[in-house]
Amino acid sequence: MNYQIMMLLGQDGVTNGAIYALLALSILLVFTVTRILLIPQGEFVSFAALCMAAMEAGKPLHITWLLLALSLIALVMEIKDRYQTGGKLQLKAGDFAFTIYSIAACVLLTIIPVSAIGKPIQAVLTLALIVPLGPLMYRVFFQAIAAGHSLVLLIVSIAVHVALVGIGLLMFGAEGARIQPFSEGSIQLGGANINSQTIWVIAVSLILIVALYFFFEKTLYGKALRATAVNRLGAELVGISPELAGKASFSLAALIGALSGILIAPITTIYFDSGFVISLKGFVGSIIGGLASYPVAAIGALGIGLAEAFSTFWASSYKEVIVFTLILPFLLWRSLAHGGVEEEE
Amino acid sequence: MKPANLSPKLLSILCVGIAIALGPIVLPEYQVSLANNIGIFALVTLGLILLTGVAGMTSFGQAAFVGISAYTTAYLATCDQLPDWLGWAAGSPWAALAIGLLLTLAVATLLGGLTLKLSGHYLPLGTIAWGLSLYYLFGTLEFLGGHTGISGIPPLQLFGQILDQGYELYYLIWVLVLVAVVVTLNLLDSREGRAIRALRGGQLMAESMGVNTYRSKLLAFLVAATFAGIAGWLYAYTQRFVAPAPFSLQSGIDYMFMALIGGVGQVWGALLGAASVTFLKQWLQDLLPHILGKNGNYESIVFGLLIVWLMQKVPGGIWSWLSPKLPDWKLKQAARVVETDERLNRRSQPLAGDIILDVKKVTRRFGGLVANNDLSLSVKAGEILAVIGPNGAGKSTLFNQLSCVDTPTSGEIHFRGVQVNGQTARQIAGQGLSRTFQHVKLLPTMSVLENVAIGAHLRGECGFLSSALRLDRKDEAKLLQEARYQLERVGLGSYLHVEAGSLALGQQRILEIARALCADPCLLLLDEPAAGLRHMEKQALADLLRKLRAEGMAVLLVEHDMDFVMGLVDRVFVMEFGQRIAEGLPEEIQKNPAVLEAYLGGAE
Repeated sequence: MNYQIMMLLGQDGVTNGAIYALLALSILLVFTVTRILLIPQGEFVSFAALCMAAMEAGKPLHITWLLLALSLIALVMEIKDRYQTGGKLQLKAGDFAFTIYSIAACVLLTIIPVSAIGKPIQAVLTLALIVPLGPLMYRVFFQAIAAGHSLVLLIVSIAVHVALVGIGLLMFGAEGARIQPFSEGSIQLGGANINSQTIWVIAVSLILIVALYFFFEKTLYGKALRATAVNRLGAELVGISPELAGKASFSLAALIGALSGILIAPITTIYFDSGFVISLKGFVGSIIGGLASYPVAAIGALGIGLAEAFSTFWASSYKEVIVFTLILPFLLWRSLAHGGVEEEE
Repeated sequence: MKPANLSPKLLSILCVGIAIALGPIVLPEYQVSLANNIGIFALVTLGLILLTGVAGMTSFGQAAFVGISAYTTAYLATCDQLPDWLGWAAGSPWAALAIGLLLTLAVATLLGGLTLKLSGHYLPLGTIAWGLSLYYLFGTLEFLGGHTGISGIPPLQLFGQILDQGYELYYLIWVLVLVAVVVTLNLLDSREGRAIRALRGGQLMAESMGVNTYRSKLLAFLVAATFAGIAGWLYAYTQRFVAPAPFSLQSGIDYMFMALIGGVGQVWGALLGAASVTFLKQWLQDLLPHILGKNGNYESIVFGLLIVWLMQKVPGGIWSWLSPKLPDWKLKQAARVVETDERLNRRSQPLAGDIILDVKKVTRRFGGLVANNDLSLSVKAGEILAVIGPNGAGKSTLFNQLSCVDTPTSGEIHFRGVQVNGQTARQIAGQGLSRTFQHVKLLPTMSVLENVAIGAHLRGECGFLSSALRLDRKDEAKLLQEARYQLERVGLGSYLHVEAGSLALGQQRILEIARALCADPCLLLLDEPAAGLRHMEKQALADLLRKLRAEGMAVLLVEHDMDFVMGLVDRVFVMEFGQRIAEGLPEEIQKNPAVLEAYLGGAE
């Protein structure tokens, strides 16, 4: 292996690793706030990438139907809950926000010629379609059981993933897709070509990480989420609604997932079920971080990206085997560092 | 024997057995091969029911375990160039079964060993990662045929008999399923099974009763893996062809769905779940392409949403919906006391007046906070000591250190002359210290008798094999008889066979005392035993404690109820802000100015 190849693999590894790191952060965020291991995190990634591809190819955007269906179910559930607790319907305009939004999206996207409006606007439209799926997913699938046993949350999370993969196949078809790069060309750095796509990924990841840092450190909503992560009951007692915290963390997860999807869309061919394996590498990262530490999870995920890139060189067909086997030493380390009996909730 | 005398367990086994025997006679050939698949699925699902429904853990890697064994079987049956050291195993189904199980158990031990000490999320994540990893491995390894798999597996030949007809395999598969069901039922109705069931009541409770929770979890995981391994062996000989797809993570998730749909808490749910998912899947695969107009794996949408709905509305699965229609099914199935003349051995009890617990200068810091500062106290055999103090005095911290849940920052705790600080709750339980919990920890759906029998865990000796094969009955009779004796002793003798969760809170506290007594302790640690008790119940509890004291038992209790404490105990130890502020006879304490100030505020 010479220097050129090493730089090439390293670049590959960092690009993928940065995306895994973003996903690891998102998974950790959702887990600490809601105790839910967000297995469907990957579907945000693949849906966003395939949405970009559909826009580029001028294909119909069936995902608007998913958005509409979820928002209608959420509305019905909301009405039912209100009726059962209060005995009468007290609906506010805000309750219809998601429904109106998704009807508008359905109508607008059939009118606008999305294939001709350029990448940046397509990316914004993709975010506008994917991000609302986050809070809707929380409302429809998780809100009713949010206080349940963590085993139940995990099973529902898996079930939602299974259903969404099937829906993904229905919406996008079985063919994979890959979009044109955001920009051509490359820059020279230390004798190696750095692909402009790599720079996009790294730049966006860094901006997102810094933005998340400011959100959690400086804003009231960020602090509320952190408080919920530290102590759910305590946060509820000081007036932070667990529903709000759940929806907010799912919105962030959808945002991070969708951004990752947009970033990865020009790099690899994405199929309707690719998201799971990608997000699973984020999970490996968060396991390395002990399901608790953000920096360790991010570094771990970056390491997974690098390990994956270099194993492609030495043992290409064993790439996935190597990556998923990597969790064993970390599990061993966690297990040895762990003392005594842990009381589950 | 009249049918009425049969236990529901025996009756259900008999009914299912007859139904199975009739299967191939009434079913057309195609249905028989479908029934074979259902049997194989049911075997895997049964393991998951033990793991998820009973022990409260989750694995999505069962399909990968099936795969390890199926591939081993296929490889050994077809490979004509085995290395010399493996030559003996060529073509022998028994060797294939043994090696397949060995490999499955090795992987399961590795995964379980690494994840089961950690919190509950690591096992499912670990099995997901490994489920994927093994799937890719099956598809990549050339000697396993890559993505095309291994075909041309010769028919199964056992004892010179070739089993290549659907109905022949049918009997083999379903007899094995039935054996697995019986083994699981036996296991659950035993000392080892109670330890596994106790995992759901909180690990701290189980450990404090002397259960090695790590071992119990690993045991449940290995039993589940064994069932999956046997299923893999059957799969290879039924299909006579293996490829990676049926061992993917997706199939692992399907098995979990079968367990959930069938009813995850009940052994028979495995059969129900495997059958209903198989039929539903087939029906959907015919129906959905008509509705949607295209072909694809669309039944997953229905299954995913079905599970979400089930978890929100009927978390017990089909079985929980069925079983209320069968009168008293569950409790009739629960363990009964069989009379025996033998008694459990008792440990040598200390003489009245011997110092049992000796706490020397114990200090516990949490960061800058000193929760216990330089505390010294002792308890003698045949004495009741109460530790009292206002909220936040550090009583619970002290209690946790005495029961070895927490370790002092400095100082020593001696129990029967042995230094015990730094030991685990399980170790101290084995030495004769038994406790109750401030917030009652019991298994609400288990019978009162079985709940109490958990306390006697360390006094039984039968392990997994003797439990599964029903060789533990003598041991078991002694344990249950002891549990009944202790329940009668505390006045719950008429509640042996009701669900523990249906007792009033006060009775549940008494149940915990009976459970603690089952361990044959010489020191009882009681955490607020009178909280939530009515007046009469308090009197009964006080009488019980007096009786125990007269028998030489040492009791240390943490309590808020002053009337209860002052009329009962021999000495009182008063704490405030982590310090000892007074110690002495109840009547002295009641007049002590420092105590009065701590409780009532100083007289200005």
